Amino acid sequence: MTALRITGGRVIDPGSGHDAEADVWIDAGRIAAIGAAPASFPSHERIDAAGCIVCPGLVDLSARLREPGERHKGTIASESRAAIAGGVTTVCCPPDTAPVVDAPATVELIRQRAIEADQARVYPIGALTAGLDGQYLAPMRALARAGCPALGQADRDVADSHVLRSALAYAATIDRPVILPACTPSLGHGCAHEGTIASGLGLPGIPVAAETTAVARIIALVADTGARVHIGRLSSAAAVDLLARAKADGLPVSADVAAHQLELTESALTGFDARAHLRPPLRSAGDRDALREAVAAGVIDAICSDHRPHEPDAKRRPFEASDPGLSGLETLLGLVLARVAAGDCDLVTALARVTAGPARILDLDLGHLRPDAPADLCIFDPDTETAVEPDRFVSRGHDTPLAGHTLPGRVRTVLVDGRIRSD
Amino acid sequence: MVEGDIQLAPDGRLRHCLTTEGMGGERITEILDLAESFAGVNDKTIKKVPLLRGHTVVNLFFESSTRTRSTFELAAKRLSADVLNIDVQRSATSKGESLLDTIANLQAMQCDLFVMRHPESGASHLVARHVDDDVHVINAGDGLHAHPTQALLDVFTMRRHKPDLSERSVAIVGDLRHSRVARSEIHALRALGVGEIRAIAPRTLLPVDLEALGVRVYEDIDAGLADVDIVVMLRLQRERMEHALLPSSSEYFAGWGLTPERLARARPDAIVMHPGPTNRGVEIDSRVADGPQSVILEQVTNGIAIRMAVMALVTGTAPQREGR
Repeated sequence: MTALRITGGRVIDPGSGHDAEADVWIDAGRIAAIGAAPASFPSHERIDAAGCIVCPGLVDLSARLREPGERHKGTIASESRAAIAGGVTTVCCPPDTAPVVDAPATVELIRQRAIEADQARVYPIGALTAGLDGQYLAPMRALARAGCPALGQADRDVADSHVLRSALAYAATIDRPVILPACTPSLGHGCAHEGTIASGLGLPGIPVAAETTAVARIIALVADTGARVHIGRLSSAAAVDLLARAKADGLPVSADVAAHQLELTESALTGFDARAHLRPPLRSAGDRDALREAVAAGVIDAICSDHRPHEPDAKRRPFEASDPGLSGLETLLGLVLARVAAGDCDLVTALARVTAGPARILDLDLGHLRPDAPADLCIFDPDTETAVEPDRFVSRGHDTPLAGHTLPGRVRTVLVDGRIRSD
Repeated sequence: MVEGDIQLAPDGRLRHCLTTEGMGGERITEILDLAESFAGVNDKTIKKVPLLRGHTVVNLFFESSTRTRSTFELAAKRLSADVLNIDVQRSATSKGESLLDTIANLQAMQCDLFVMRHPESGASHLVARHVDDDVHVINAGDGLHAHPTQALLDVFTMRRHKPDLSERSVAIVGDLRHSRVARSEIHALRALGVGEIRAIAPRTLLPVDLEALGVRVYEDIDAGLADVDIVVMLRLQRERMEHALLPSSSEYFAGWGLTPERLARARPDAIVMHPGPTNRGVEIDSRVADGPQSVILEQVTNGIAIRMAVMALVTGTAPQREGR
């Protein structure tokens, strides 16, 4: 494997707070040094990163790759290539594939396909309950041993609180974090934020209470079991408040937000734009502002893409009948940089939410630039803007309500294990 | 993009009729005035004008309807159009064909105007975005979103009885949350500058943020009906009890049904309207539905003239107004 020297870039390692121009030395797929050349560094190639930011490759806690089961929407090969295009070097995929990731063989299958694709790292999240049905515990220990960094329920609820409590206690026993959705299903039948826009459009609403009731239950069970729980994709100011209080109480909870929730609001649904049919729904401007503040303050630990690629027909239906979700891997970095440009927080903090933050939640030795860590890097030009052109997405999904927006930054070079995967 | 823009041609002409939101008072008045001229046609023995001769109108109903479908059919025939009625529940989509494919196939048969009812909010918007430039769409009800021709025939009926609408107050009573009629009516009444709009219902049947549309909300019907000029009753569907929004239809009638005693709180010359079909003894007492203040059947009659006017306007076949 060729050794590499990345020169002239502004190296940001959010985990350590390092932010200075420096060379990055890479050997045998790992970071050898940052700054001065290590002793007896072998012959190497140079990557000129002048004018660029060099940071850890992005770690995405929720991206559907659609395989196994929905290859008409995307494959591990196509979507992990899209990840690289977006500067994402590690992708965690939720367990709601077909079959569900509730057996080690499915974990093996996904990991094997990812190795064959040879693009981003792929970590399947294992199922918390068998078939995600919320009735019986999945073989969590075997799933963890097969390579699942966490257990989760994707979008599926565990209705029976006894089962959930028991599942959390068992997950705590094997010391794996649990990722849970923040939606009470009986309140979540709608397809849009219950508010002025949905009222006017006559779309069935999902009230904020769908999220707060779910988050409140999760927090109570975390306090009870001591399990580490990560709440996926918060969408409301009220849920952020609950999370902040739980963290202040010292509970082991964390949360992420989908990047598009920091940019868009319910007004994107105007004219029944099915591309804005998302789950959780885009909420009010007040909710969006609270999510931005929570990201800046660290109440929200991570920003994910919530990538859900679809075939074109999935959105060519009346709004409610269309499939929720957008193709988000290739806009994740731009949406994060947009927060910096807007003055919400500094670049180091923003990058932490897509690198060190998510990696820490899953105990992954990734998302940082420490010597001897795997050389997963994203080199991007912060000063070039990128127009969002879904037709040119690498992903098989070409739907996003961000079409036509312009986002800051452009990914230049992406390395996984010290090898260039982009360009 | 403003909701409703898609129904306007670049020159501002009404190209589709999808919603009363954003239609504007002037355009609504034009429709009402044109409907007045067609109302005369309907009173004659030979009830036909040749405006849509050679046009093909498709009644595409994905939801059952008697009143709306029949009046659209009569309106099209009185304009001399060829009419195709398609009962979609028993045809292509039940074999798995998508909505846009159904539309594409009908378009291939050179149909000019789709009158469409669909259970999903926004379905007519979707179709309007995908039809050819010379094809028109009239929304005959989409999900909980809009039912513009019903709203137009309602304000037409109101204007006939109370020409000074800006001085008048209208109370809409019942299940506003699940009513596309109420939504469209509120937009139309606001555009025409009606004096006051009230909504009367228990909280489970009210859409959130209704006040944002300029509506005063009453949970108590006696207070809400005080001194109003127009009472619009909405149909209560049985599903509302199944979804735990109400205890029972009898409890609803006891709390919010329109009885002669309650109607007495409104102005003595108040009119009572209902888009139909009525549930007697659920939202309205028979003595009120059949009483002297009821204009419910008149609404049905007016529906034909309004639908003729809308069809003529969107197809660009309406006679030009004088001075324009």
